[in-house]
Amino acid sequence: MKETIRIAAGQGFWGDLPDAPVRQVEGGPIDYLMLDYLAEVTMSIMQKQKARDPNAGYARDFVPLMKRILPACVERGIKVTANAGGVNVRGCADAIIAVARELGLAGKVRIGIVTGDDIMSRIDELLSRGIELRNMDNGEPLSSVRESIQSANVYLGAAPLVEALNHGAQIVITGRATDTGLTLAPLIHEFGWAADDWNRLAAGTIAGHIIECGAQCSGGNCQFDWRNIPNLADVGFPIAEASPDGTFVITKHEGTGGRVNIPSVKEQLLYEMGDPHEYITPDCVADFTTIHLQDDGRDRVRVYGIEGRPATEFLKVSISYSAGYKAVGTLVYAWPDAYEKAQAANKILRARLDRLGLYFDHVLTEFVGASATHGPLAGEPRADAPEVQLRVGVRGQDRSAIERFTKEIAPLILTGPPAVTGFAGGRPKVEEIVAYWPALIPKSEIKPMVEVLDA
Amino acid sequence: MRVQLVKLAHARSGDKGDTANVGLIAMRAEGYPILVREVTAERVKQHFQDMVRGDVERFELPNLGALNFLLHESLGGGGTLSLMTDAQGKTFSTALLRMEIEISDNEARKLELN
Repeated sequence: MKETIRIAAGQGFWGDLPDAPVRQVEGGPIDYLMLDYLAEVTMSIMQKQKARDPNAGYARDFVPLMKRILPACVERGIKVTANAGGVNVRGCADAIIAVARELGLAGKVRIGIVTGDDIMSRIDELLSRGIELRNMDNGEPLSSVRESIQSANVYLGAAPLVEALNHGAQIVITGRATDTGLTLAPLIHEFGWAADDWNRLAAGTIAGHIIECGAQCSGGNCQFDWRNIPNLADVGFPIAEASPDGTFVITKHEGTGGRVNIPSVKEQLLYEMGDPHEYITPDCVADFTTIHLQDDGRDRVRVYGIEGRPATEFLKVSISYSAGYKAVGTLVYAWPDAYEKAQAANKILRARLDRLGLYFDHVLTEFVGASATHGPLAGEPRADAPEVQLRVGVRGQDRSAIERFTKEIAPLILTGPPAVTGFAGGRPKVEEIVAYWPALIPKSEIKPMVEVLDA
Repeated sequence: MRVQLVKLAHARSGDKGDTANVGLIAMRAEGYPILVREVTAERVKQHFQDMVRGDVERFELPNLGALNFLLHESLGGGGTLSLMTDAQGKTFSTALLRMEIEISDNEARKLELN
């Protein structure tokens, strides 16, 4: 058994710095590269892509990336865990196999694929058996949006990834797997942690939580002493250097920018935190009130003392459904009296929308530069502000009403208050809203499937 | 004396549906008991006024010298439903740091704030 395993995070979300994973592979020693591609509504985008093209439906960026890094990964034995498979894990794996062959690596790469997360085709059957898939946030039964569902995927935990790794997979591709499982699985595989070793499973889960947002734990978006965080232009993405006993060090490659210190790690630990006593994943329940941090030298923070409890009997389901349409229009008003002008323009716009008899579920006006983020806490806007942006959004079920709204923004330039600009982009776009419906399903309903393929 | 939270704490916020969370972290260990005493769920609810329509919940993490707040019904429906610039609640962190609290001169000295 190795004394430590270094797991490097390469993407904090789908669309993060494209070169970050390459730099993780080339910038120093690592054992695993972990890539998190799936945000809450990503699956529905992929479902739509697959409906148009049966070969699509996964994170396409993953393929050219693997083309760049696969030779180095094979040479140095670096393994990859990625939830890049979206709603077409097999298609994603086929694309990676094609890349491996193209690079002359046929027979040298084993690819593990994890499926069984997609329950879209089982929804009616589940509902008919009384599994209601109620919305975890508001308690509504799924039947209320049944006709609008676009995708339904269970968050799978680390176990099926571990199985793929145990069968010699070098690249493990999943659909909707948890971000934390992508980090925990390699640790279970390497260190042989037992399925009921709750403290260690919790430790691996928390290591995953810290690095899953990429550079957000290594200096990015860090409020503490932000001015002095060095060289964010060349920010180093995080690495979890884990030991068999469940302790780990958060660090980054030498010579990279950014900063790993206790404040930067604390900020990330609290990110998107609910009840810190119970961070629930398919693998365990982690207790964030047991985490201890210790300075371990420059850009190194040691994490220890973590305790966990048994996993629950449920898995979380991520369901997406169509929820109407929205559009957002903006205009910029300049000095003098920028805020007053933006307010006047808003009144004019609202009066015109009323006269048109348009109905919206929600209309929101914000004044960017005055109060858009901090509302009344920002105090009375400065009378001499150089500019204020008027930003008006509408949401509703009737697409034509939203379309009509988009035609009312530009005319304000010639028919409203003066010193207005900022309309180079044309009419606002009408967007279809795909909303998120979190639910729970008994674990016994879900059977993850693992296959290992040779390139 | 009155002091703004930004002088003794840092913060990060994020979203879960229509709920924003704000992690409030004491910059120095001595500051944590002051945060526990002064930055109660009620005070935070008051501070945010109409920006938070639901309840405020508070959790203590003495091991990190931090408090976690859940601000329910504060993101205009949350996720893709929200029309807000900050639909993900990313700036609720600094909005909380605007809050003023009362500390003793002795505490101010310990935190080197005077």
